Amino acid sequence: MQSAHSRDTSVPDLRAEYQKFIGRKLLFMISLILGTIILAGYATTRGSANIGVIEVYTAILAKFFPGTFESTWFADTIVWGLRLHRILMAIVGGIGLAVAGAVMQGILKNPLASPFTLGISSAAGFGAALAIVMGAGLVGGEWLIVGNAFVFTLLASLAVYGLAKYRGITPETMILAGIAIMYLFQAMTSFLQYIGQAEQVQEVVFWMMGSLGRSSWDKVWIVSGIIAICFPYLLLKSWDINALGAGDETAKSLGVNVERTRVICMMLVSLITAAVICFTGTIGFIGLVAPHITRMVIGGDHRFLLPASAMVGAILLLASDTVARTIFAPVILPVGIMTAFLGVPFFIYLFMRHKKEFW
Amino acid sequence: MVKITIKDLTFSYGSNKILDDLNVVLDDAEVLSLVGPNGSGKTTLIKCIDRILKPEGSILLDGKEVQSMKQQEIARQMGYVPQSSSAPLATTVFDTVLMGRRPRISWRVSDKDISKVADTLELLNLQELALRDFAQLSGGQKQKVLIARALAQEPSVLLLDEPTSNLDMKHQLEVMETISALVKERGISAVMAIHDLNLAARFSDKLVMLKRGVVYAAGSPDELLSEKNISDVYGVEALVMRSLDKPCIIPLRSLNGGAVCMT
Repeated sequence: MQSAHSRDTSVPDLRAEYQKFIGRKLLFMISLILGTIILAGYATTRGSANIGVIEVYTAILAKFFPGTFESTWFADTIVWGLRLHRILMAIVGGIGLAVAGAVMQGILKNPLASPFTLGISSAAGFGAALAIVMGAGLVGGEWLIVGNAFVFTLLASLAVYGLAKYRGITPETMILAGIAIMYLFQAMTSFLQYIGQAEQVQEVVFWMMGSLGRSSWDKVWIVSGIIAICFPYLLLKSWDINALGAGDETAKSLGVNVERTRVICMMLVSLITAAVICFTGTIGFIGLVAPHITRMVIGGDHRFLLPASAMVGAILLLASDTVARTIFAPVILPVGIMTAFLGVPFFIYLFMRHKKEFW
Repeated sequence: MVKITIKDLTFSYGSNKILDDLNVVLDDAEVLSLVGPNGSGKTTLIKCIDRILKPEGSILLDGKEVQSMKQQEIARQMGYVPQSSSAPLATTVFDTVLMGRRPRISWRVSDKDISKVADTLELLNLQELALRDFAQLSGGQKQKVLIARALAQEPSVLLLDEPTSNLDMKHQLEVMETISALVKERGISAVMAIHDLNLAARFSDKLVMLKRGVVYAAGSPDELLSEKNISDVYGVEALVMRSLDKPCIIPLRSLNGGAVCMT
């Protein structure tokens, strides 16, 4: 035992070590941002349409410098009408799902938690099925399926909140309530599939596989806007999410309003997830695994984990979609299938190599 | 000077009354140990003081009602060391202790916060472990890290729930010496729930003996640790001797028909 006032030369070293540790995390995040940009640049040039790299970048530059660069209608249509918004949707969708997963794992203290833990995907699936099979929904026209998926996702979250609130908002009550809601919506979706026509059932199944093929510029802006509103708040709550990981009692003793933090985070996660999957269908795996991959590299401090997970999610979803739309071109595979095909081997590789040292 | 005054404190889980009309006073720079058998309410009392649980009655900290203070304000005044030691996934020892700065920082970690954590780790001889994953530590090491986290809060009161329960003899002494030194050097106060009466006798200024949620007796270890009190509260026949000028308890046998411990 040393005196409370004693101090030797190891303290500055420790401080320097910590700064180095933070520097490494920042470097990792910068690498991810650069990786995303490079991958997006590459993805823009890939696809079943027969246009070259120069044509693609000419089409992009022509939009910003119309007098300097001249593009063709065909290249414009392919790049701006088909590829770019799909790529951006992959990026913002990946960001949204990964952040949602990281926050859920944090507030529920559960490594198996994901954006879909609270029955969200089942509710979205039911909303879509209701629109496809029955043609029923709150919003009509082209937004029928999207509106239903969004509304039922939020309804599921409110139901989970209500059920959990009755017994006290704890990770256990939230997960159990989420499981109950998930089974309820799954059963209702199965019923709709049972009574639906073959084409309708096929459409429901395809919707639930997840695809970025339904993206558009409008949808990209909506998802981006919701993430831009929710993400800063979640990032601001990083310390509280960290403290929740140490247990509710410890979090309270550190000044965290445990119940309010958990409820607000859950609602924001639901909003982000609803915004993404109502346009893409249920894309699994990203929200579960992107935070784990990130945690293995930079540790569990949510101040860094949230933004870094976001970029890992963006890269995973963009890479998966790029492979999904080019590997059997002109056939485009549902991205929900490809995320697991690509992500699982990478995750297992990291899992096997991981030494649990974070400095 | 009085640090904490507990008046008419009562706490129940539903209809099950855990603490019943407790009155306790803790002075500045004093170590107060809560002793008593399992289920006597030691841990509950610690949690009530820190407002983790919300009891009826009054708790005054430096004359101010704790119930009227915000959780953040309480966290700046009192550092809590729990019995169990969980941490977020993949968190280093340094980050675990840094979490103790949460009541004092908005979001950004300043150099002062980093220095405070480094100093605290050094104080508890944990600097070698700073780079390690908290989950990989031994029970004793984790306990010390949790104490470091509470100290990083710069509290005026330390609340410790069985701080030596997972530790071997050496680490038990080290932790108790650390707490005792901190109390004396920094003028902070400590309230701890503890099972080991010999450690409590040696390192406490005052004991509160709890039995079924009420204060059976309160006073100095010399006054309290008698064969009669131990027999009444624990149902154990014990010899009370003196060692290092403190009471030393040797349990002999359970008075409820248990096996003979020592003859």
